Amino acid sequence: MLRIWVLITAALICAGSAVAEEGEIALFESGTDINNTESLQRGARNFMNYCSGCHSLKFLRYNRMAADLKIPEAELAALMFTSDKPFDAINSAMPPDAEGWFGRQPPDLSLIARARGVDYVYSFLKGFYVDKTRPWGVNNLFLPAAAMPHVLQERQGLQKPVYKNKLDEHGSARMVLDGAQLMTPGALKPEEYDQFVRDIANFLDYAGEPVKSKRQSMGVFVTLFLLVFFVFAYLLKKEYWKDVH
Amino acid sequence: MAAAQEQADTTKGGGLIGWIDQRFPMTALWKSQVAEYYAPKNFNFWYYFGSLALLILVNQLVTGIFLTMNYRPSSAEAFASVEYIMRDVDWGWLIRYLHSTGASAFFIVVYLHMFRALLYGSHRKPRELLWIFGCLIFVLLMAEAFMGYVLPWGNMSYWGAQVIVSLFSSVPVIGQGLVEWIRGDYYIADATLNRFFAFHVAALPLALVFLVIAHLMALHEVGSNNPDGIEIKKYKDADGHPLDGIPFHPYYTVKDLFGVAGFLLLFCGVIFFAPTFGGLFLESPNFEPANVLQTPPHIAPVWYFTPYYAMLRAVPSFAGTQFWGVLVMGASIIVLFFVPWLDRSPVRSIRYRGPIYKIMLAIFVVSFITLGICGLKPPSGIYPLLAKVCTVLYFAFFLLMPWYTKLDSVKPVPERVTGHA
Repeated sequence: MLRIWVLITAALICAGSAVAEEGEIALFESGTDINNTESLQRGARNFMNYCSGCHSLKFLRYNRMAADLKIPEAELAALMFTSDKPFDAINSAMPPDAEGWFGRQPPDLSLIARARGVDYVYSFLKGFYVDKTRPWGVNNLFLPAAAMPHVLQERQGLQKPVYKNKLDEHGSARMVLDGAQLMTPGALKPEEYDQFVRDIANFLDYAGEPVKSKRQSMGVFVTLFLLVFFVFAYLLKKEYWKDVH
Repeated sequence: MAAAQEQADTTKGGGLIGWIDQRFPMTALWKSQVAEYYAPKNFNFWYYFGSLALLILVNQLVTGIFLTMNYRPSSAEAFASVEYIMRDVDWGWLIRYLHSTGASAFFIVVYLHMFRALLYGSHRKPRELLWIFGCLIFVLLMAEAFMGYVLPWGNMSYWGAQVIVSLFSSVPVIGQGLVEWIRGDYYIADATLNRFFAFHVAALPLALVFLVIAHLMALHEVGSNNPDGIEIKKYKDADGHPLDGIPFHPYYTVKDLFGVAGFLLLFCGVIFFAPTFGGLFLESPNFEPANVLQTPPHIAPVWYFTPYYAMLRAVPSFAGTQFWGVLVMGASIIVLFFVPWLDRSPVRSIRYRGPIYKIMLAIFVVSFITLGICGLKPPSGIYPLLAKVCTVLYFAFFLLMPWYTKLDSVKPVPERVTGHA
């Protein structure tokens, strides 16, 4: 029997090692922490200041956010559009026909971190580079032909694209996008900007699943309880099975 | 009149239980099915998965009822109603994760349960019908899972449904009409979602419960197999109980309780720490609402369907139709029903079989898992070839079984079961 399992495992390792794939530009690691309330608060503020003009969070209510992020009522009012009530979902100021402005309706971002990953959000916000062929003069490393202007340009500054040579399948070299380099600095130092967008990414991770932090801390207690249950179930089984020979 | 009443069976005891027993065989059922159902004493690790499958079935039914209370089966509201459950319904997130993780756990447990049968010959005479009921449960479970996956109306729900339903269009002559009949529209639409909801919450669960009852009745009629693959009914004590058998209750109820604890540790670990399980249990594109205009970059079914999906893609089109792939995929399930008659070995358990069966089973397991990996990946690079090879190996395990099980050497089978775990 043992030999079979060794065989199966070996074969699976072979199959697994064939899985490595050639990616495009690797995402930056966001290093967010859903339990860092201060980061989430800053992220909420940044989002409201820079993003919520165009992007809604239609599945998140203001008061839910305030409760989870420990934002005092007085400060919450400063984050809301004046016509909104605390129970309302976080809607954008965009009219429903904004498609004509950008080429597409700015998407709702309630679930962006769940659909694309928090690293993607972080990388996307760091990925704008100058591209004169685009309507807004910028493109994005992680979303080619992005319809969005670089809203945080004043914060980050402008990046220029970096290319590298790559051999295609015919063996001839080709220029491909490899990254971006800061060209004109913005109001924030690069580390400050990283933290700025890390907070936004963290906040959007929260917005994707508001219960995430509570779920994880609850999971610790559930696991501890089940471990005790596991031990007692084992002892009970052992006791009953004493007379089976 | 009075005399007739007094003649009521006094052997059935007094009190409330006696009152019930005179009108309904409650105690008799409890005794015959649980307290005096004698199961072999040598069940090992592989025997936990039957009771665990039952536990998950109950979990799916109960959490499903609560989800239904807040879910809206319409293409306009379905996606938002799921997020409503995740955010605004008290404990809705937990109920939904119990249900979504339960779906994947169901398949893990059922696959292991079926593998157990292949290990110890649990499908062999006289348990053929027990095995067939099990296969029917598996088929219904796949239909149930597929339709349930469509309900959240995410983009992968939508395009997954599109791919799977359009498979039927490859059926010769009636294909196109058949697909329209299934969808109730010219594309996956509101009508499709509504009928899938009806099947998912009413028709299929009902059929599943009936089949599970039939499965258990068949099991209790013939008695459980065991890792030695021998009948325990041959040697009985003075009371007529099998010498190698022990009453299901309390021995296996407490043992299964231990199994439940172990299972719940893993299950709750996923629910509380990794409910999407890295995009395998809940796929990332499904957090975007269904979009007719935007196909996900790579459509893959949920992991438990990927072995069959890989087989479907592995078969090339021939004579201008993809129907052969659909046939192969269907055959890969149908062939399971015939295993009791394909297996010609004189012994049941792998413990007493020769090396050929062991090697074939190992190859089968590896090719099944490899097919699963291939089905998750885009059909490029090494995967199409790998999928073709593994499809052949998958079928070789079943179709060559009559010969290699006969050819294989066997070890002497003991008269009594060997030990207990």
